[in-house]
Amino acid sequence: METLTSPVMFLPIDNIDTDRIIPARFLITTKIKGLGRHFFNDWTHASSSHENAKILVAGHNFGCGSSREHAVWALADYGIEAVVSTKFADIFHANALRNRLVPVVVEAADHARLVTTLEDDPESTITIDYDARRLTCGDLEISFTAAISDIGTDESETPGGEELEALLSQSHLIDGHEAAHKARVNTMGNG
Amino acid sequence: MPAAGLTLFDTIWDDHRVNVESTPGGGPDTLYIDLHLIHEVTSPQAFSILRDRGIKLRHPDQTMATMDHSTPSTPPGPDGKYIIENPDAEIQLAALESNCADFGVPLYPMGHENQGIVHVTAPELGLVQPGMTIVCGDSHTATHGAFGALAFGIGTSQVAHVFATQCLLANRPKTFEITIDGTLQPGVSAKDVILSVIARIGTEAGTGHVFEYTGSTIRAMSMEERMTVTNMSIEGGATAGLIQPDDTTFDYLEGREFAPRGAAFDAAVADWRRRFQPANGTYEQCVSFNADEMEPMITYGTNPGMGMPVRDVVPDPTDFKNKSDRVSFQRALDYMQFEPGKPLLGHPVDVVFVGSCTNSRLSDLRDAAGLMDGRKVKDGVRMLVVPGSRRVKAAAEREGLDQIFIRAGAEWREPGCSMCLAMNGDLIEPGQLSVSTSNRNFEGRQGKRGRTVLASPLTAAACAVTGVITDVRELL
Repeated sequence: METLTSPVMFLPIDNIDTDRIIPARFLITTKIKGLGRHFFNDWTHASSSHENAKILVAGHNFGCGSSREHAVWALADYGIEAVVSTKFADIFHANALRNRLVPVVVEAADHARLVTTLEDDPESTITIDYDARRLTCGDLEISFTAAISDIGTDESETPGGEELEALLSQSHLIDGHEAAHKARVNTMGNG
Repeated sequence: MPAAGLTLFDTIWDDHRVNVESTPGGGPDTLYIDLHLIHEVTSPQAFSILRDRGIKLRHPDQTMATMDHSTPSTPPGPDGKYIIENPDAEIQLAALESNCADFGVPLYPMGHENQGIVHVTAPELGLVQPGMTIVCGDSHTATHGAFGALAFGIGTSQVAHVFATQCLLANRPKTFEITIDGTLQPGVSAKDVILSVIARIGTEAGTGHVFEYTGSTIRAMSMEERMTVTNMSIEGGATAGLIQPDDTTFDYLEGREFAPRGAAFDAAVADWRRRFQPANGTYEQCVSFNADEMEPMITYGTNPGMGMPVRDVVPDPTDFKNKSDRVSFQRALDYMQFEPGKPLLGHPVDVVFVGSCTNSRLSDLRDAAGLMDGRKVKDGVRMLVVPGSRRVKAAAEREGLDQIFIRAGAEWREPGCSMCLAMNGDLIEPGQLSVSTSNRNFEGRQGKRGRTVLASPLTAAACAVTGVITDVRELL
């Protein structure tokens, strides 16, 4: 993966949930594109943001709450490519990777230093070097180790497309599992 | 017999690993999914992925669809048709109907006797059984863990994976035991148990983990109470929460539409007993609670971890050492317009909502109705009662619960998610304070700038009749 340099959307609030990223009433859609216009629709605590920000620096525990992949689609549609936090909720984290949105996990002490740097100079840009697992902001340099899970980001145009291919290629294993466990599954067909 | 050192979670996970040759720690497992639940909001884009790729849906017979999130809670017109005010909701509901028809998925649409909130409907039909893997594009899928099924929410792209292959790729989570022993006191319910747990461990303790709830309090609970507990596992950060299946589980399942019948049922129970004996495994984390000390709970902030016993005072942000915690906490109190150090008892309430996949089952409605019988909703308070499913609604009406609510001045509605997440037009106005039996008090969850206090059905009903935040024990 390459390097990303961008001005910052700075929302150092803990526990930003997926309802805040996109309220449920904007999930009444059958499409993936176009959700960016509802991104943080009801947000009342907007900190600082640049129109061209591709990096969001958030507080602790980002993306908690609902499983809505729409939250990731809204971020991506808005133009965000990476989110920096100390921790991501499980479902959001997995959804992000399937849509080429990179969850960058940094240590709490490093996060506090990053917040101070951005508070002092909100105009700072951030550079993320994915291969070196290094984030720089002004004089501050942070290493991260847990940015991308073992799966890596899914580079397919379809959300989760690479995983879908991987699963389809295991159809013989799935057939085998079904044959071995036939009696166990008792669902709609048995009513 | 479960192998030594395995938890209930381990037994189910290992049973469903398709890639049997892989080793733990060697990347994601391919996990077989027994039951896939879908609804109108998180499925349309997944059907589009199938269409774009020309892939068939592998197991329509292991998929169940219903409509719940964007459905109106107002009754149908004289022609039997539901009035959907939002044209986009109409499109979304129609899309589910045509997608299910095209791919052969059984659908319970609005008005069908099996329609309801997907997490209420699937268990009451007997579809949810011990040892299963169950997914849904909905984080409250954790509910089904009450049956000893491994059930968790997934994103829409994974909905497409399960459609196509009946499997998904998943990293094995860690295990986290939550033990609750003791006897709940009058006025304290399952909702207070899970709110107490989350208030102590926080909203992120479960990240990367599956909860398993153990202890005498859990064992003594009915299936509906257990579902209230497991439902909110995600509010503690865990995507799933499990409870050991036992006689309570088996008794609940017997005779339900999709449960095995007769000799097949006896054989299934014998199999469940053999495979899911009390865990002898070890958990990565453990925490324990004393139910005797639990009290009716309310939340005072903007995440479900910000909860306290109803008689307590709102905590003070200056108690936090960490600056970021302090700032976030203060923001939450500012949003809620609550003052640190002050009690919430006596604080005026605008709206009371009884419903959601957490607390909309028959026992929840009985709790609320029992308290409201012979009492009135306080002037100026709006109370909405939304049964979780059409079956719950019918059962409640057979008992006359609807009449108790209507006589009290509450609105008795059609089943669905309704005001839990305010997608269907049922919402609170900016600034209004709602006491809600749902699961999330996030900013704007029940309507833009609306303020939500989470509570049990008993506490919600007590607040409705007094018009203020109330300790239900004073009304028992």
